[in-house]
Amino acid sequence: MQNTLPWLSLAIWLPIGFGVLIAAAGRDENAGVVRAVALAGSLVSLLVTLPLYTGFDPAQAGLQFVERAPWIERLNAWYYLGIDGLSVWFVILTAFITVIVVIAGWEVIESRVAQYYASFLILSGLMIGVFAAADALLFYIFFEATLIPMYVIIGIWGGPNRVYAAFKFFLYTLAGSLLMLIALVYLYYASGGSFDLAAWREVKIPLAAQVLLFLAFFAAFSVKVPMWPVHTWLPDAHVEAPTGGSVVLAAIMLKLGAYGFLRFSLPITPDAAHELSWLIIALSLIAVVYIGFVALVQTDMKKLVAYSSIAHMGFVTLGFFIFNQIGVEGAIVQMISHGFVSGAMFLCIGVMYDRMHSRNIADYGGVVNTMPRFAAFMMLFAMANCGLPGTSGFVGEFYVILGAVKFNFWIGLVAATTLILGAAYSLWMYKRVIFGGVANSQVAGLADIGGRELLMLALVAAAVLWLGVYPKPFTDLIGASVADLLAHVAQSKLP
Amino acid sequence: MDDMNLFAAAPEIVLAVAAMAILVVDLFVAAPRRNVTYALSLAALLATAAVCGLFLAQDAVVYAFGGLYVTDPLANVLKLFALLATALALVYAQGYARDRGIWHGEFMVLALMAALGVMVMISANNLLTVYLGLELQALALYALVAVRRDEVRATEAAMKYFALGALASGFLLYGMSMLYGAAGTLDLNELARNIAAGQVASRAALVLGTVFIVAGLAFKLGAVPFHMWLPDVYHGAPTPVTLLIGTAPKLAAFAIAFRLLVEGLLPLAVDWQQMLALLAVASLAIGNVTAIAQSNLKRMLAYSTIGQMGFMLLAMFSGVVGGNAMTAANAWSAAMFYVITYAITTLGTFGVILLLARQGFEAEEIADLKGLNRRSPWYAFVMLLLMFSLAGIPPTVGFYAKLIVLQALLGGGMGALGGNTAIWLAVVAVLFSLVAAYYYLRVVKVMYFDEPADREPIAATPEMRVALSVNGAFVLILGVVPQYLLALCAQATVRALGG
Repeated sequence: MQNTLPWLSLAIWLPIGFGVLIAAAGRDENAGVVRAVALAGSLVSLLVTLPLYTGFDPAQAGLQFVERAPWIERLNAWYYLGIDGLSVWFVILTAFITVIVVIAGWEVIESRVAQYYASFLILSGLMIGVFAAADALLFYIFFEATLIPMYVIIGIWGGPNRVYAAFKFFLYTLAGSLLMLIALVYLYYASGGSFDLAAWREVKIPLAAQVLLFLAFFAAFSVKVPMWPVHTWLPDAHVEAPTGGSVVLAAIMLKLGAYGFLRFSLPITPDAAHELSWLIIALSLIAVVYIGFVALVQTDMKKLVAYSSIAHMGFVTLGFFIFNQIGVEGAIVQMISHGFVSGAMFLCIGVMYDRMHSRNIADYGGVVNTMPRFAAFMMLFAMANCGLPGTSGFVGEFYVILGAVKFNFWIGLVAATTLILGAAYSLWMYKRVIFGGVANSQVAGLADIGGRELLMLALVAAAVLWLGVYPKPFTDLIGASVADLLAHVAQSKLP
Repeated sequence: MDDMNLFAAAPEIVLAVAAMAILVVDLFVAAPRRNVTYALSLAALLATAAVCGLFLAQDAVVYAFGGLYVTDPLANVLKLFALLATALALVYAQGYARDRGIWHGEFMVLALMAALGVMVMISANNLLTVYLGLELQALALYALVAVRRDEVRATEAAMKYFALGALASGFLLYGMSMLYGAAGTLDLNELARNIAAGQVASRAALVLGTVFIVAGLAFKLGAVPFHMWLPDVYHGAPTPVTLLIGTAPKLAAFAIAFRLLVEGLLPLAVDWQQMLALLAVASLAIGNVTAIAQSNLKRMLAYSTIGQMGFMLLAMFSGVVGGNAMTAANAWSAAMFYVITYAITTLGTFGVILLLARQGFEAEEIADLKGLNRRSPWYAFVMLLLMFSLAGIPPTVGFYAKLIVLQALLGGGMGALGGNTAIWLAVVAVLFSLVAAYYYLRVVKVMYFDEPADREPIAATPEMRVALSVNGAFVLILGVVPQYLLALCAQATVRALGG
């Protein structure tokens, strides 16, 4: 394929460039200009990711839109970018969510506006970098660098307990990734001095070493996903983060961890992955069932959605480690879908929080009477969150359950309980918040969503319905790369 | 090798002559026009740096004074950075020192003398030259710590620094005398040859001498258990002097460690590797854990220095396999990269403290940085970069420093230590980096998440603002394109080991 422009580099560096511009030149006195520039920046950044979709060749399993330039010769590390079916949608998703986040913060963020938007734009570029990196060192640098803007976002614009949440977020994720760094250096030597991920796929490694490497990767990615029992940072981070931060965390940052499993754990240590798949499957099922119950009893809406995120991500990791096409494809679709749906849920909570300054379910009730348009949107997202057919949530969960039943009936059965639990916690919350009589005078005084909020919710709703009704464009792009990955994982890499 | 070859010592000669000339000129400069001395000092440092740069471009290994002295790319790189660091330290010091009435000619001349001592240490090829440079540097710094005569804390720090520094010098000298007694030579190359050939009077004396040498070096680097002077001196000394102690002398300490252990005592690698491994782990543990408890920024940075030196020591012992010098090149170049980037970052952090300080206000508590983002977003961002660099988070240069040390550690084959030991040491090192991340993050937290307690505008000279901005930007730029400095360090160590 001929590509004339370095689209991936543009997708990474344009948002970062806009972010730096805003941080350097933006003043809080003219916040309007800052917002406009941020919106323009995020839109341009989204536009440059569209050629990645139109120019993508779905039949090809390998990397496309490859850019390769020498970088650190001493370490044989390259500025090496490329995307395949596993990553293409996440690049676009990241750019899309960034636009939504910019709109979401429009009137809400009033202090340090320039720094707010700069952080999100830079974060967006860094996250795209993670998905586009084909060199392990480059991947790691983007992966780690995302911590800095997120730490700042939670710490500056977060809730009352933001400092605690920001530290917990940072140190938890750093702990995992530092162990991964050792694994990267080890693989650098094992592959004869290279950070090329494609080369690492071919390296023969004895089982004992594979298991250690797998555990190192597991440390980094399971914290990020997050999997039970290292999930405790997520509810704190979500509750304290501003709406935009929660959206990005849920929609994209969690995907970085899941994506890491696809890029590192499965292809580089396939034997260990088979050997330890029971562990991942067990933890995933605990996430699905146990965290599902935990979500049920939450009284804080953000916490509830945070726990539901963990449960949904359990589905993703389950899909990866049952090693069949439909499971892995379903898991990836679930990742995309969860990006839209959880992002949308946090947006909805943000909309209510901006008006009531409370996330407590008990403070609400009968919102539908005063905010009917909003209630309709939230209904859609709550339904998608519990996997109603016709919404994006259904496709991924259905695929993963199919894959799991194929792998082992009982695992499939346990996984399928999510349909009940998800419905229970999503709809019960919806019922308590939205339906019933008007609970108090504050709810009675609520104003329905305006044009800006309508726009952002409608955009996400369109995506949720599109993926739910007609998932073919999504799955088409994924198929070839997943088949290639699974064929590779099926081969032993023992020396 | 036996000729004088004065030209090879041109940088030192330029600096020595300039320093003495400035001392004389300063007598005729009235206090309000101290800027003349300041400008001359900067010019002297930059001119010397230019000479080092020219030498570096020639890429030659030249011996002078009958082998007492060597000028190789390693020496030139380190000297270049040491001189620039000293110049930058003077720029940062100006406002602070003027406000506190210590901006005398002696301050600058002593700084130049310390820089000269650093250069002599870096170029030493003989045990006595090492000692000579060390004493020149140390005496200048003792005086500088005590430069505020009326301040109790500074005087106490000067006493401690002097007493413990003298003890360290004594250790080194005692070790050197044992080496001389055992191997019969003061020349470092000959020392290595004699030991390798087995021409030693007593191996026990040799090993004991190595122990003293390592102890002396550990003192100078500030590695545990020889670190006790460091927090008190960092804390007690006037901040510009802390800056002078924390940067160029660390480069010199690295250089003499390289000259003594690799060039001189390579055949004894198995012995000193184990010592360095212990020092490294102890420093990582004690430095990083103790730093958490500090509320004073200078003290915190002192303990963080101990931890950072522990990390650098990890690279120093990991590269020597079977007494082959060339396998050491990769590992020591990692340590060299580490110490250079450490010096750049430390310059910036103390620079920020000096930026915020003003008449009657030291800005040395962590709480003094509260809400810096509100007062000055740019310098808060610079400090954020510096803190993340010290914590080793990409995309700052500190990340590559940690990465390259881990690479050296896991790839060295480890000589005396087995491969698995290397992996466990790496795990220990990254776990303590995690501990360290906590206290660096706390500084960022104070700057960004807290409301300012102090709303005074920042008063700093324009050249200081420019220098500090460049310094901070450098940490980020080197974090995006680290390859040139990495290549420079690799090339320099290979050349120094005769490649």
